Amino acid sequence: MQYSQKVMDHFMNPRNVGEMQDADGTGTCGNPVCGDLMTFYVRIEPRTDELEKARICEIRFKTFGCGAAIAVASMASEMAKGKTLSQVIDLSRNDVTDGLDGLPPVKMHCSNLGVQAIHEAIKDYLTKIGRQDLAEKIRGCPKEEH
Amino acid sequence: MIYLDYNATTPTDQRVIKAMLPYFHDISANPSSIHNAGQKARQAVESARATLAKMLKCQTDEIYFTSGGTESDNIAVKGTAFAGGKRKKIVTSAIEHHAVLTTCEYMHKFGFEIVKVPVDQYGIVDLNVLEKEVDDDTLLVSVMHANNEIGTLQPIREVSKITQRHGAIFHTDAVQTVGKMPIDIPSMGIDMLSLSGHKFYGPKGVGALVVRKGMRFDPLSHGGHHEQRKRAGTENVPGIVGLGKTCEIAIDEMDAEEKRLRKLRDRLWQGISTKVSELKLNGHPEKRLANTLNFSVKYIEGESMLLQLNMNDIGASSGSACTSGSLEASHVLLAMGVPHDMAHGSLRFSLGRFNTETDIDKVISVFPGIVEKLRAISPLYKPSITGMHKE
Repeated sequence: MQYSQKVMDHFMNPRNVGEMQDADGTGTCGNPVCGDLMTFYVRIEPRTDELEKARICEIRFKTFGCGAAIAVASMASEMAKGKTLSQVIDLSRNDVTDGLDGLPPVKMHCSNLGVQAIHEAIKDYLTKIGRQDLAEKIRGCPKEEH
Repeated sequence: MIYLDYNATTPTDQRVIKAMLPYFHDISANPSSIHNAGQKARQAVESARATLAKMLKCQTDEIYFTSGGTESDNIAVKGTAFAGGKRKKIVTSAIEHHAVLTTCEYMHKFGFEIVKVPVDQYGIVDLNVLEKEVDDDTLLVSVMHANNEIGTLQPIREVSKITQRHGAIFHTDAVQTVGKMPIDIPSMGIDMLSLSGHKFYGPKGVGALVVRKGMRFDPLSHGGHHEQRKRAGTENVPGIVGLGKTCEIAIDEMDAEEKRLRKLRDRLWQGISTKVSELKLNGHPEKRLANTLNFSVKYIEGESMLLQLNMNDIGASSGSACTSGSLEASHVLLAMGVPHDMAHGSLRFSLGRFNTETDIDKVISVFPGIVEKLRAISPLYKPSITGMHKE
């Protein structure tokens, strides 16, 4: 598999790995049947419903998957860390793959999962603080995974 | 690099290379030419053919040289199908190599009914289903000798008996067994057999199809009179010489090598399975190629293990979707009923001639750390609940 040096770096030394007790939001995308599964945990500060003010101050993830999936999760976590929710909602798969200096074509499907799972965690946070209306506007993971 | 991917391909043995070298320049005429130089090349080709016949216990004129296993499988399936006749059914197994499976599926386009017989949890073809499916409309039964992914050996004689009862042709893809274990074509009841040089220390780009006398098949490539008009094209003389040489070595060494590799393979499994929890062996525990070890590691994915092994200079392979170039896990493991996540978490170590005990011990020492690292990242792994449990 032809992976960039950045992919290999994030695969060998993934950032922000772990779980989080009492996370403000959690999100899971993927399915072990497909061979990829990611769970993200976020802590938000300040805990407000203002998307321009609330920031992801802490992020953790766990991944079952190939080298690309692990690198994507690690890179997405780095990109989301410290950003406001509205900035994170604007993150796309392309930002993640660009950050990794690209992925082999057959691995491009993995690149979706990272931001999707983080968006899912934001949806979870917004739902928990009673802003289901805002949560519904964010696309998380696709409903049909397999 | 500690190479443990011999089922994918093998390095060419130096003795084989040495035997081939004169045939690139010094003895490089066309074996079809009448002059002395051509006749020297012809002798080399026929001498290799005789060595193959000796190893497989068949007749020299039953051997057709090809470019390798894939071409041999293609000729066996398409060649028999295109040779005509009333029979319109091809029976194969669910775990065949794609060279057979995809070719069979292609023949569906030409009006053939294709039946894939299921396998049990060890990857052994279900003889009861085979018995029911093979009938008087069956033209060809193609069941491999040993599976490349899991190493499971098929009950060739039983498959052959069922095939014979209905007057069908029995083809076996023996790419993984030729040169690794004794093969006796007549007593095993094989009508057609595919083999490939590079799977047992011969060069890439050469193989053979053995076809017993009396079997009708059409050529795939038309042209000159080569290979009894069954495979047109100037013979790959250096390749054929290399194939002959690698057979000669195999005849002498395969018994001892089989024992040596079985010991190393079992040492590897013993070492890994005592240090790592929740592994599952894939393939039959005994009826299996001596060099092949395939197992699944729960909670983690195969490609990520391969990358970690590669960082440690160890080369292996996996049945994970992520290594296949498609998005599907190994058809072999799924056909055996291995759950998807376990199929994605499969690893294959296939050993060979140049592996040593030191190689194996290095893998045993490195592998548990790799699993631990990846499990620590996995959301499926809950060490407090499952860590001490072993299946």
